[in-house]
Amino acid sequence: MVSIADILTEHKDREGPLLPVLHDVQKQFGHVSEDAIREIADVLNLTRADVYGVVSFYHDFRKEPEARPVLKLCRAEACKSRGVEALVPLAESQNRIKIEAVYCLGLCSVGPSAMVGDKVYARLDSARLRTLLEAM
Amino acid sequence: MIVRISDDAVAIACGADDVAAAFITAGVAVERVSSWGMQWLEPLVEIDGVGFGPVSVDQVPAIINGSAPSVGRIEEHPFIANQTRLTFARAGKTRPLSLDDYYASEGWLGLAKAHEMGAEATIATVTTSGLRGRGGAGFPAGIKWQTVARADGDQKYIVCNADEGDSATFADRMVMEGDPFMLIEGMAIAGFAVGADKGYVYIRSEYPHAIAKMEAAIKLSSHLIAPFVIEVRVGAGAYVCGEETSLLNSLEGKRGEVRAKPPLPALEGLFGKPTIVNNVLTLAAVPWILTHGGEAYAEFGAGRSKGTMPIQIAGNVKHGGLFEVAFGITLGELVNDIGGGTASGRPVRCVQVGGPLGAYIPPAQFHLPLDYEAFAAADALVGHAGITVFDDTVDMAQMARFAMEFCAIESCGKCTPCRLGSTRGMETIDQIIAGKNVEENLALIADLSETMKFGSLCALGGFTPYPVMSAIKHFPEDFR
Repeated sequence: MVSIADILTEHKDREGPLLPVLHDVQKQFGHVSEDAIREIADVLNLTRADVYGVVSFYHDFRKEPEARPVLKLCRAEACKSRGVEALVPLAESQNRIKIEAVYCLGLCSVGPSAMVGDKVYARLDSARLRTLLEAM
Repeated sequence: MIVRISDDAVAIACGADDVAAAFITAGVAVERVSSWGMQWLEPLVEIDGVGFGPVSVDQVPAIINGSAPSVGRIEEHPFIANQTRLTFARAGKTRPLSLDDYYASEGWLGLAKAHEMGAEATIATVTTSGLRGRGGAGFPAGIKWQTVARADGDQKYIVCNADEGDSATFADRMVMEGDPFMLIEGMAIAGFAVGADKGYVYIRSEYPHAIAKMEAAIKLSSHLIAPFVIEVRVGAGAYVCGEETSLLNSLEGKRGEVRAKPPLPALEGLFGKPTIVNNVLTLAAVPWILTHGGEAYAEFGAGRSKGTMPIQIAGNVKHGGLFEVAFGITLGELVNDIGGGTASGRPVRCVQVGGPLGAYIPPAQFHLPLDYEAFAAADALVGHAGITVFDDTVDMAQMARFAMEFCAIESCGKCTPCRLGSTRGMETIDQIIAGKNVEENLALIADLSETMKFGSLCALGGFTPYPVMSAIKHFPEDFR
């Protein structure tokens, strides 16, 4: 099990180590806790307020863990032009999976698109979205 | 028989991995190559130059036994034949992580040429080419390089802006996933030209495939660009980090807040050192320019917009994908002739060019040539040259509202016009949509837009008025 100390040791001598550290902590623990912020601030010689400010600024970092699996649905203009808004009620008709908006996955001619973890899905319609949600 | 299938994110999202697996199971050799950029055909399967697509797993047996209908020879397809591919010359043809393929297709020639001619002549070549920043601002690359080269500093940096957050843009992603060595070569040339030994590629976290490819390519080619060193840094879901000063703060491990300019990043950039911040497409154009000469590049294009632009045709369009062509082509040609109109088959109502901060343009203005100055004169912007096509079902009041909403979500919070203006703008458009005091509220939006346009620190707040005001101007019926 990788600890926060291990992550800090790996990155602390890089230029501008905070984002790489936070990415690894988020990946390993699913969120960046108060305790993690304290430890990171201590090792990187930053104030807790500095670290907290960075964690809260970026959409990728969570301060609380998310127990449910997450589906990121692209709601940007190109996916809107291809009908993503009509899929939103279906996506949100369940509570088992957290639906988050994302603004562009770079799959803009084959939307509506979604991302689960590092996996991407395109050409979503009601049937494909339902299948995707059921498989999660 | 060798089957070629792209491993680009669009192909994968459309099921290319399953199709490739089906060929392998059937005993057919599969080569994973970069994408041709004919995205409506993905997953596109290529056998001896002939294309099939979009292919699903159940069509694999028919393709193997030769009974499946093809789309013909890919290189002769009008979508490809009508392009001028300089930056995307290898697209569809090479394996992204094959150094052999890269060597065999003019790879590393630009870097060798730079070493041969020296740093000053390298910058002069880029200046001669007329290359302008492809991220959206269109600033002449040669002048930026010259500034960094002349700046005093023990340490200089090359930062590649790969935070491609605009909707309808994916050319940066395609470069990184399909031809990563070209970007590495471009960065190494920049480093050599200005005396920088360290480069960062800042890639958005929404691009896991691009991140993986770039990291792998950097490992494979580190000995070829030494002493120059490149490192990938991953963004964290903040659109505003595509703005160069915000990106630098993010690289330094800070909140991605915009910095006031001056000082210019060229003089005081990353960690206060002289820094080139260039978009992926700018740096990716450099190897070709060095290999073939600045004059050769400048022969393409129109007016002060020299060279080619990888245009991204997206949204509700029949033939969406990557179309690289010299500046000067008209919007109408791109949308109707090349794009084939809407995917839904309904009439085109408008296009948005330049991402979420770009203007909505009605078909009445489709005579506009793609050219930085011509667009600016029409109150529009080329930006990163992404085109989103909308059919006649679009509600432009909702799109105007979304422009404000997006700005509110993504504002870094540093300056008031953007931070507060976006939220008040969204509320005011809600009033208009609800039919309350429509004329007064439209006047208020016009006034607010002026304030945001001239009072914001960066393009997020400053350009959000473009989609809002263009929607109101060209589609007033949707607001009343």
